[in-house]
Amino acid sequence: MFDALTPSEIEAVRLSLKVAAVSVAASLPVGFALAWLLARRSFPGKTLLDAVVHLPLVLPPVVVGYFLLVLFGRRGPIGAWLEQTFGLIFAFRWTGAALACALMGLPLMVRAMRQSLEAIDRRLESAAATLGAGRFWVLASVTIPLSLPGIVTGMLLSFARSLGEFGATITFVSNIPGETQTLPLAIYTYTQVPGGDAQAMRLCVMAVLLSLAALLVSEIVVRRANRRILGDAH
Amino acid sequence: MRIDVDVKKKLGRFRLRAAFSGEAAVTALFGRSGCGKSTILNLVAGLLRPERGRIAIGDRVLYDSAAGIDVPAEQRRVGYVFQDGLLLPHLSVRQNLLYGRFFTLPGERWAELDKIVALLDLAPLLERRPQRLSGGEKQRVAIGRALLASPRLLLMDEPLASLDAARRGEILYYIERLRDEVSVPIVYVSHEIEEVVRLAGHMVLLSDGEVAASGPVHDLMSRIELRNLIGRYEGGAVIETKVVAQDLRTGLARLAFAGGALLVPDVDALVGEPLRVRIRARDVSIAIEQPRGVSVLNCLPGRVVQIGAEPGASVDVRLDVSGTPLLARITRHSAERLALEPGKDVWAMVKAVSLDRPSVGYA
Repeated sequence: MFDALTPSEIEAVRLSLKVAAVSVAASLPVGFALAWLLARRSFPGKTLLDAVVHLPLVLPPVVVGYFLLVLFGRRGPIGAWLEQTFGLIFAFRWTGAALACALMGLPLMVRAMRQSLEAIDRRLESAAATLGAGRFWVLASVTIPLSLPGIVTGMLLSFARSLGEFGATITFVSNIPGETQTLPLAIYTYTQVPGGDAQAMRLCVMAVLLSLAALLVSEIVVRRANRRILGDAH
Repeated sequence: MRIDVDVKKKLGRFRLRAAFSGEAAVTALFGRSGCGKSTILNLVAGLLRPERGRIAIGDRVLYDSAAGIDVPAEQRRVGYVFQDGLLLPHLSVRQNLLYGRFFTLPGERWAELDKIVALLDLAPLLERRPQRLSGGEKQRVAIGRALLASPRLLLMDEPLASLDAARRGEILYYIERLRDEVSVPIVYVSHEIEEVVRLAGHMVLLSDGEVAASGPVHDLMSRIELRNLIGRYEGGAVIETKVVAQDLRTGLARLAFAGGALLVPDVDALVGEPLRVRIRARDVSIAIEQPRGVSVLNCLPGRVVQIGAEPGASVDVRLDVSGTPLLARITRHSAERLALEPGKDVWAMVKAVSLDRPSVGYA
């Protein structure tokens, strides 16, 4: 029954993967920068920033989606500006779904990255500096490789969160088949339609398979990264 | 190459105020833990910033608060060998070795991989990962890595501290080789006087963040008032000698110095080689007449210069053996019984077997 997904089901899976991939890719630099700031710097308002980053984790997703709608809608202050300046539209587009997913996944991503950044022996970075590596090279050749397990874990958590995102997405960009109807939204839709049980079940199984695959891939990558860092003995 | 350091730094409640210069191949910073030795290295390397002061290698100023100069660590070209190596765990030994070289301009490179690998016997380790190295191997790679960045100055922060006795001897040997074969000045931090005596020409004695004394090693080692800082047990005069004969039958080497000659067992050196010998004060006894019928091989005529005034049952006596200072640690009781006083002619007796391998180094 699974090799016979209907075109609309395939579309939902494809869209989900696209939205999740783009949301992870887009939030990666932001997430790493935030993790680095929180792990390495002390500045006024650090506690506040930490709290704000964690907000999506504790707020009802609907609230996040509503804020996005207010701010990034075509008449919202940020949304209007982005549309005028870059022609970038989030409202009721799959890009909006990606934005919602990125925001919802950010706290998980930042937490994982921050932990692995904090676990690095900073003296290794000092050693690299005495060998002539400037700040950029220390980051590129010491900090990032050593925090790779955390980076991968963070990406996976964010990816998985994106695949499962529902509330913020449906509030912000609605439930448009082919544009914003990701896997969870499609499942929800089928459960609301009489006789859609089988389809809902098929998509649920797809969701489980996708999540398992993501977990597996990240496990392999993390193990490899750890082996590089900790040596073959481990 | 001349090294000038004059720094002030406050770290929490610890205050460092240190000024010294050195021109020796190896300048040792010696003192107890927490006296500021490692802080000075971090200031020189640029990993810490002093509140005020000046740091210069030769005519190259690395830091000068008055002139507003503060060269960033990555541009100082100061090699740093850390106590625990700090090899980059995600790189192989070869990649670690070449790491600093990558950042060195071709015109400023003087260290070649092949030469450094040969100097430190690193060839069998090149493809290994740092986690697969023993403590001694890690330290050798760390030294090689620092050298391959072609530094103008090499800082070593107790590189033997995390090693067992056998490995220490091994690394000491490599550091001696490096001192003699590579022309890069070394600042060596240690709290083991044995290492200082073996390696260093100049010694900076630190105590509570201040320089208690700075000067040639043999000078400082023979000063009675510094004995408490150097360590009562290990302290003693350091004499520069030269091997003049090796007797294969007895296994004794004859080492000549300005004030005479010493017979020392099991010296691993050729005739003509310079050797530095530390004669621990506790291994020197004093006679007021020429000793006869004793097993002690080294009986040197000398004169009492100074008798220590420290409290307790034993005293340090500084002797002058034809111009070479020698320290003897005897009981106060003996000093009184022999009526020792400055100016008195005496004989210093040093058992040959007390001059063991750790107290003999290649100058």
